[in-house]
Amino acid sequence: MKKTYKIEVDCANCANKMEQAACKTPGVAAATVGFMAQKMTVTFEEGADPAAVMAQVVKNCKVVEDDCVIYL
Amino acid sequence: MTKKQRKVLIRILLSAALLAGMMLADRLAALPGPVRLGGYLVPYFIIGYDILRKALLGIRNRQVFDENFLMAVATVGALILGEYSEGVFVMLFYQVGELFQSYAVGKSRKSIAALMDIRPDYANLEENGQVVRVDPEEVVPGTLILVRPGEKIPLDGVVEEGSGSLDTSALTGESLPRQVEPGREVISGCINLDGVLRIRTTREFGESTVSKILDLVENSSMKKARTENFITHFARYYTPAVCYCALALAILPPLLWGNWGEWVQRALIFLVVSCPCALVISIPLTFFGGIGGASRAGILVKGSNYLEALSKADTVVFDKTGTLTQGKFQVAQVCPVSGQEEARLLEWAALAEHYSSHPIAKSLQAAWSGDPDPARVAQVEELAGLGVTALVDGTPIALGNRRLMEQVGALCPPEAGEEPGTRIHLAAEGVYQGSILISDLPKATSAAAIAALKKAGIRQTVMLTGDSPAAAAAVAGQLGLDEYRAQLLPAQKVEEVEALLARKPAGKTLVFVGDGINDAPVLSRADVGIAMGALGSDAAIEAADVVLMDDDPAKVALAVGICRRCMTIVWENILFALGVKGAVLIAAALGLSNMWLAIFADVGVMVLAVLNATRMLGAGKAGRT
Repeated sequence: MKKTYKIEVDCANCANKMEQAACKTPGVAAATVGFMAQKMTVTFEEGADPAAVMAQVVKNCKVVEDDCVIYL
Repeated sequence: MTKKQRKVLIRILLSAALLAGMMLADRLAALPGPVRLGGYLVPYFIIGYDILRKALLGIRNRQVFDENFLMAVATVGALILGEYSEGVFVMLFYQVGELFQSYAVGKSRKSIAALMDIRPDYANLEENGQVVRVDPEEVVPGTLILVRPGEKIPLDGVVEEGSGSLDTSALTGESLPRQVEPGREVISGCINLDGVLRIRTTREFGESTVSKILDLVENSSMKKARTENFITHFARYYTPAVCYCALALAILPPLLWGNWGEWVQRALIFLVVSCPCALVISIPLTFFGGIGGASRAGILVKGSNYLEALSKADTVVFDKTGTLTQGKFQVAQVCPVSGQEEARLLEWAALAEHYSSHPIAKSLQAAWSGDPDPARVAQVEELAGLGVTALVDGTPIALGNRRLMEQVGALCPPEAGEEPGTRIHLAAEGVYQGSILISDLPKATSAAAIAALKKAGIRQTVMLTGDSPAAAAAVAGQLGLDEYRAQLLPAQKVEEVEALLARKPAGKTLVFVGDGINDAPVLSRADVGIAMGALGSDAAIEAADVVLMDDDPAKVALAVGICRRCMTIVWENILFALGVKGAVLIAAALGLSNMWLAIFADVGVMVLAVLNATRMLGAGKAGRT
């Protein structure tokens, strides 16, 4: 399953770090962050609960970039 | 400027004024040490408090390669070494750079959004003689909507009543208005210029052309190019590498030779240069501008990766019918026998075919300018595989192939070999009168499009068609194509493309251009599939990587040009940023650099790279490449 979220992030490198952080989150098969589009597309692993996974994604992103916002 | 940006600007101005005042005071009088430090710390905290806060957060989260952390270490280091003004300046310029970047990015986003300002805000419904405005999303297919002059068509549909001209320029980049009348399909996003139209909607808003296009453009920057991924990857190693170098530089040489202050200062320069911002921001910004500029010209690129692939095009393969040619039969040549007139021949042919709806008959009817009067035609007899016979104004006319001419006893001139189309012969009262050649003519811009591709350095242009070799040769010769393959079945087109793919040089790409209707397998097999004439065709938008909103083959060369220009800027930025940073790093290690150069290598390079990237926003404007 694939879902797209609106995000807010100020710097391009931070967007890349968020992408890495999201990718490393358990339950995430793949994640792409578009800095110009201010969007995050997450592909979830089979059987993963998107709500629970996304909560962890937000947490992991906050670690690498405190200023980021993900609109769930 | 947003509120956030304005706040940063005020902080920049305030701290710059304080810093200037402090430097002046420093020069005029010998201030005692603590006063000097205090005087510099005020502007330092005004400009850098958020960076310092984030740096502390970075330490807590163990993000030591965070830009904020590095900036904090570099500036605090400079302050400790007694380089007060440099320390404050680094922080100040870093913020100026960030502000500039955020302003430039916001500006590009806005300019692309304005470019794609095709989203309709409302639809007009007529209820009991009253016009009601509703959200287009609420309109179900089959509803009758009213579009007044100057309004956007909110949903795809068919004109039921009214006629006028539509401005499609926001979708196609084509400035010539399009005429519509009852029965014509119209697509959302066009602007009704004159006349009141009543349109029966055929799709809901989410499925309408305008939604699809917006979706496509908005999401295109999510598909990243190889260059972009390379830079992301590079940045991941660049920053730590430079930081470890800085650490080594600060510790190892002084252990051997002493002079700690000097080496630590050199190490701090490394930290300032270690930020990968210039690279990381300018690449997606350039692609974003390129994709936006292309869509202004009616060229929708579905991702940065396709933009990159298209810039490396080496072979362009065209489908013939509907792509290079108009896809409909037209009278190409009228050859009356001597003593007979062209107009007369056409008149007979058009009248004899008056009742037929065959494409060839239609082309004959269209070629004759006269007014068809059914009363002039009688005893029409269609002869399968031969043609048609009829009485026109009482004269027996036979119209068809050679075998029909033989049957009616008319003497045909000898065959001229295989011809680029279908030749129809005509006899009146059993006497041969001449022939009419009907073929699928090339589009007006096709020849120029091929020439433009050649000029852009495309090595070979190939045409694939299911038509006869003679028809293919005629078109290929006329347009100046390098090669053609005729009499191909759809599956064989895929095989041909695969053979061409195997032959192309490494690192180059093969582009296939089709109309997207029945060439989906070829479109997906090619490195870049371009579908043209996509206005209203879902299949084409689905299957292709690049979508041309109109069916002008000249847009292919324009697309290649825009993509090439975009990639040039991308590489300029990569080489420039890496070059300057590399040079400053080497100079710093050798003790030839100072903080000022480091600031330029960080902020200056970023500003220049962003300015360079924003050049791409103008692409596609008025046909510029």
